[in-house]
Amino acid sequence: MSAPVLTASNLKRHYEVKGGFMQPAATLRALDGASFTLTPGKTLAVVGESGSGKSTLARVVTMIEPPTEGELVIGGKKIGPEGASRDRDLRAMVQIVFQDPYGSLNPRQTIGQTLMEPLLLNRPEIDRKERDRRARDMLSMVGLRPEHFDRYPHMFSGGQRQRVAVARALMLEPKILVLDEPVSALDLSIQSQVLNLLMDIQERMDLAYLFISHDLSVVRHIADEVMVIYLGEPVEMGPKDVIFDAPRHPYTKALMSATPMADPSDRKERIKLEGELPSPMAKPEGCPFNPRCWRRQEICLSVEPELQGGNPAGGGHCFACHNPVPEDETAAA
Amino acid sequence: MSLLEIRNLSVDFATSSGQFRAVDGVDVTVDEGDLLAIVGESGSGKSVSMLALMGLLPWTATVTADKMEFDGHDLRRLSGRARRRIIGRDISMIFQEPMSSLNPAFTVGWQIKESLRKHTSLSRSQRQDRAVELMRQVGIPAPEKRLSAYPHQLSGGMSQRAMIAIALACRPKLLIADEPTTALDVTIQAQILELLTGLQEDTGMAMVLITHDMGVVAETVERVQVQYAGQRVELQEVQGLFDDPHHPYTAALLAALPERATERKLPTIPGVVPGQFDRPAGCLFSPRCQFADARCKAERPVPAGPAMGHALCHYPLSHGHPTGKETAA
Repeated sequence: MSAPVLTASNLKRHYEVKGGFMQPAATLRALDGASFTLTPGKTLAVVGESGSGKSTLARVVTMIEPPTEGELVIGGKKIGPEGASRDRDLRAMVQIVFQDPYGSLNPRQTIGQTLMEPLLLNRPEIDRKERDRRARDMLSMVGLRPEHFDRYPHMFSGGQRQRVAVARALMLEPKILVLDEPVSALDLSIQSQVLNLLMDIQERMDLAYLFISHDLSVVRHIADEVMVIYLGEPVEMGPKDVIFDAPRHPYTKALMSATPMADPSDRKERIKLEGELPSPMAKPEGCPFNPRCWRRQEICLSVEPELQGGNPAGGGHCFACHNPVPEDETAAA
Repeated sequence: MSLLEIRNLSVDFATSSGQFRAVDGVDVTVDEGDLLAIVGESGSGKSVSMLALMGLLPWTATVTADKMEFDGHDLRRLSGRARRRIIGRDISMIFQEPMSSLNPAFTVGWQIKESLRKHTSLSRSQRQDRAVELMRQVGIPAPEKRLSAYPHQLSGGMSQRAMIAIALACRPKLLIADEPTTALDVTIQAQILELLTGLQEDTGMAMVLITHDMGVVAETVERVQVQYAGQRVELQEVQGLFDDPHHPYTAALLAALPERATERKLPTIPGVVPGQFDRPAGCLFSPRCQFADARCKAERPVPAGPAMGHALCHYPLSHGHPTGKETAA
């Protein structure tokens, strides 16, 4: 196994919410202690409901925001609460692709300008001809035609725009690509084209992916490792097959069970989770999942469980639960 | 007799660049107590055909149909006033975005009671009781208290439950659910789907579920109608559709699902859905179809028989192989 290109230890990101009329100030714990590593050529998928802190994680990893606590080591350089330096090379190493290809491209720039802009800003030593050449090469790499170079975003379909967004992210030759729900805005027939492109590029450029998604069937297809987060905390982490076939955390199991499978002969009994995700401003005492958990015990109400089990950095499987789903039960499901 | 019968429905929009046909000769039949899904990608006309039924399209739309009957009423001939007596009482609809389909200026209770006020002769206190009962039926905790809540005070899942309560207020015979769970998380989606199918079973109403999610289709409905570029391309029982799709589009769509993939590289459908200016002359799917030949590109297909899932195709598939090609060649 090659050395990790990114190591995150106990990453936290809290926001101070100002008090308003009749409302005291509060702390919103959007991300509350995530540790993981990213390896070249591998994909770590982050799964969770909306409000679980998936996108906050993306913002911290791309250095858009510094972590409140904890540390990020990217290519040997440390990033702590003081924030990232204005080191261009460091920032070029991590790039991001957003969910909505309609909102993330500048409608007044041609595709060519969009692709050349990162070079113009970050690699001023590269002359105009070379910039142009690199942008055109990238265009063909993501499966677009040369004549697209001078067109504007509105002339493209959703899938093509997402290809442009991927191309732009790759212009600075990053080592890490953060994909924040890259296919959830796309139609099914287009989704598979973009997923194939992403897998193809990862292989060719040996990229590490942090793949954020709520669609478990996509995650199952593309991920190597999976991290399930709930209210900003990882609750289970491990290799894809273990997470999907033998989940130990009740939340992971409920999430799997709630996902509809495209097979009408297999209409299963679902584990029904009651209620909804609590606000990250008023996290429950003890285990954050306890108000919705069907395996809740006395201890869950007061003591927060630690991640236990194998070391996730070494491909192990770990989960944070006092009363995990027994192994034989998970195999049957 | 069918509860709802629509024959050859077409909807044209007048746009600044000419006429655009969003729905093209679609048939929909729903029996009492039926559970039908209409599946398709964006632009397949699945929502527009149902909005046409509800009479909710803007003035730029021209709706034509050979037949549009609901429960013995010919909807094409009804005046606006008579139509409004049916819509909201016997047919009701819930939408994708619960947050934007509720009125932010009124309480949830007011909005539930509004349809009771319009369509029933219940007294004020009876309306209050019925509203509480409805809120309880859709699983909203502390209904008496929540009646006076405004939509922004509810979460996405709770707003969708409130929408369902409004739709169910007058005990409709037909409920149209347009992507009711697309904006929700999977755990909430499971709750809402469970609620809808449970209510459908308890009340015996018919339900049309519009969705693009094949997983939701497989787990929820009995019959499936697949639409592509405004046309109905296939109609089958759910099990048959997933086992043996007869239209090449359905087959390609199912193959593109990541969970059905056998290899790392996913099968794809090349190209995109045709738009206003690049509608092909023959079969609308022919530019993207792996089985298409010269006939497909020139001639418009007619629907096959019920045994072949009414597939709108010259060579409907049987177990993955096109049929009828030998005789045509």
